[in-house]
Amino acid sequence: MSDTSNANSFSIDGQRIPFTPGQTILQAALAAGVYIPHLCHHPDLKPHGSCKLCTVIVNGRNGSACTQKAMPGIEVENNTPTLNDRRRVLLQMLFVEGNHFCPGCEKSGNCQLQALAYDLEMVSPHFRHAYPVRPIDTTHPDVWLDLNRCIMCELCVRASRDIDGKNVFMLAGRGAESHIVVNSPSGRLGDSALSIDDAAAHVCPVGAILVKRVGYAVPIGERQFDEQPISRQVDYLARRHIAIVPAAETEER
Amino acid sequence: MPTVSVSAEISSLIEPILQRHAWRADRLVQILREVQEAVDFISDETAAHLAEALKIPYAQVHSTRDFYAFFYRENRGRYRVLFSDNITDRMAGNQALFEHMAKRLKLEPGKVSDDGLVSIDYCSCTGMCDQGPAILVNNRAITRMTLRRVDEICDLIRGQVPLDKWPAEFFRVDDNIRRADMLLGTPHEPGKAVRAAIARGRDGMLAEMKLSNLRGRGGAGFTTAVKWEACRNATAAPRYIVCNADEGEPGTFKDRVLLQSYAGRVFEGMVIAAYTVGASHGFLYLRGEYLYLLQPLEAYLAGMRAAGLLGRDIGGVAGFDFDIEIHLGAGAYVCGEETALIESLEGKAGRPRVRPPFPVTSGYMGKPTVVNNVETLCKVTEIALHGGTWYEAIGTKQSTGTKILSVAGDCARPGLYEYAFGVRIAQVLEDCGAQDAIAVQVSGASGVCLSEREFGRRIAFEDVPTAGSFMIFGKQRDLFEVARNFAHFFAHESCGFCTPCRVGTVLMKEIMDKIADGRGTQYEMNELLRLQQVLKPGSHCGLGQTAGNAVADTVQKFRPAYERRLAETDFVPAFDLDAALSRARELAGRDDAAAHLGEEA
Repeated sequence: MSDTSNANSFSIDGQRIPFTPGQTILQAALAAGVYIPHLCHHPDLKPHGSCKLCTVIVNGRNGSACTQKAMPGIEVENNTPTLNDRRRVLLQMLFVEGNHFCPGCEKSGNCQLQALAYDLEMVSPHFRHAYPVRPIDTTHPDVWLDLNRCIMCELCVRASRDIDGKNVFMLAGRGAESHIVVNSPSGRLGDSALSIDDAAAHVCPVGAILVKRVGYAVPIGERQFDEQPISRQVDYLARRHIAIVPAAETEER
Repeated sequence: MPTVSVSAEISSLIEPILQRHAWRADRLVQILREVQEAVDFISDETAAHLAEALKIPYAQVHSTRDFYAFFYRENRGRYRVLFSDNITDRMAGNQALFEHMAKRLKLEPGKVSDDGLVSIDYCSCTGMCDQGPAILVNNRAITRMTLRRVDEICDLIRGQVPLDKWPAEFFRVDDNIRRADMLLGTPHEPGKAVRAAIARGRDGMLAEMKLSNLRGRGGAGFTTAVKWEACRNATAAPRYIVCNADEGEPGTFKDRVLLQSYAGRVFEGMVIAAYTVGASHGFLYLRGEYLYLLQPLEAYLAGMRAAGLLGRDIGGVAGFDFDIEIHLGAGAYVCGEETALIESLEGKAGRPRVRPPFPVTSGYMGKPTVVNNVETLCKVTEIALHGGTWYEAIGTKQSTGTKILSVAGDCARPGLYEYAFGVRIAQVLEDCGAQDAIAVQVSGASGVCLSEREFGRRIAFEDVPTAGSFMIFGKQRDLFEVARNFAHFFAHESCGFCTPCRVGTVLMKEIMDKIADGRGTQYEMNELLRLQQVLKPGSHCGLGQTAGNAVADTVQKFRPAYERRLAETDFVPAFDLDAALSRARELAGRDDAAAHLGEEA
């Protein structure tokens, strides 16, 4: 696969994808309207590669689409039964690792984890729930932190560090004990430098970091992923930006 | 101005440590280690004090502190006892010793005594498998534990005798070299290899390295010359040489012996690497379990400086300046992965980076860095002295030279065995006196489990590759328990960065425990393999990719060890309803038959 017509393109499941040098496989795919499931990626932030939902097979080898650079002529397998089975297992792992109760969650309908689970037809958590005991921090006037729903994607860590320049959040601990810690002398969100205007307050793909008092400003049923499955919202996924206007939870539209 | 207050006493103990490290945040792991040594644990207040002194986020100190198994947030006592819990320690009876000590000191695992004096717990393999069961007391290794030694230690702790007043015999660590070849059996003449490399010139030395076809001894087997050349060709400066002495693979202890008795070769290998690639700084990343080696190694480095083998214009070569500093780990197996190791060198939690970029172009502080294993660097001195062609003739075509095996488990003579590559498993078993072996775990928990039918296979990158661990299991052993021990190990050591490893290793451990409890069925057997199919291809680094190997191997090769534990039904829930009611029974003060549920299924 090295003829000249491939100079600025590669293929995903046989479909030709153009790219500009420096783009990752995921960026090029989303720009071309091709969906690759992902959780820890955000177009405004540096690639991370931890959730592993976007794992694809590149020329026969497994790799994260969000961190691997697009190269001329590579052949990528993405939407295959094997890879989607694996993704479903990863989602089940995330569901049993934390405490996710969609019916009672303010994020329902705007939650990427939930949207992916619907889209990949995850009908049960399958594994035994860990039911971890995790704290809720309500000390901040405008934002609350519920680690029960955290999936360790570190989007808040990156947003705070790279956009807000604050380092409010960091991942601490190891293995199953991994958890987000807040940067303040007391470790509480209310004593941190987090402001409602920060990207870190709005980037969470699940319901771990939520803005207070706007939980149901948009009714359930009319939210981002209520209208169409996440896999049909490639344009949104590719072009969304972290809105730092705290007015309502529709900001991501 | 500090806004957090620690006591004046703690502050005065911490200050000289910070001063010694010039308040450098990239020394955080080293600072935390020394602070803990001085004040026993790193409370949130101490952590906040350090963050302010180092001008870094509070969260960063928490992130690093909470990552390493040997750093404690809460008081674990002035004596912190950890029992090495590798399968070889278990086979040597460490659990009975642990229980004896717990009983004598009236302790619960992981909990400090009421008087705040002592705590005991288990830890991952401490690299003393040929002289176990082993323990660590405040990170100092004690070998050859017996019930009597447990009693003696309990008395010393109760009497609050300082650790450096304990009998020296406790801390004796033997080399146990059983079969020596060109590395272990050749005398070392200090400086000779460095002079030989300089005589060959930078290009000449690299050419010899290429001819030798030397491959890394840490497990992955990457060609050393390719690594060196890529680093040499990288444009950025300065360049770094890192010796990976984070020998954490269960069952491996060869690097410990090399550092104890062959340190000259290790360091000279680093000097030669520095000369060839143009590096100016070197690090030895020594696993925290080998703290006892720190002082002798520092003394050795001082000797090398005095002899002109480190420092400025080494070997009379103008501008060839190179020195080595030692960093200690703090109980994290994943730091053996080279990018995690670099993160740790930079003072952070040891989470593996995304590769590429590889360390040869972007390593320590984003600069070109060569990371080589201890044994690999020793081999470099042989190539400098004798040339690549001479070296290449030893071993097999794809695996040149000799390899040191750390032999432990069921055999008459555990210890180090050095062979030319290509030696058969059966030969090693014969040499170490293992008559009735039914299985050998080669290359540690992440390696491969070989059954009797495979003892004709050879140690070589093209057949059975190994980082050195060679654990033997006799016919009395239960391979299910071996795999379960490894499953616990990986769940404990997973860094938590990627989903499949963070969650998958825990799920695998829980399923193994369920089978051990007699509640597993065919369903769980299938689940183990299903998890392996996600862990292996989906994990971020080698830890997760190999974490299910031992389970998958033993399911395949020692299936009866699993099957005899399985319940004869389609499925038994992990949740035990009757056991869950025990608290209710306790509250109701009842334990009669009517307060119990009948046996399910």
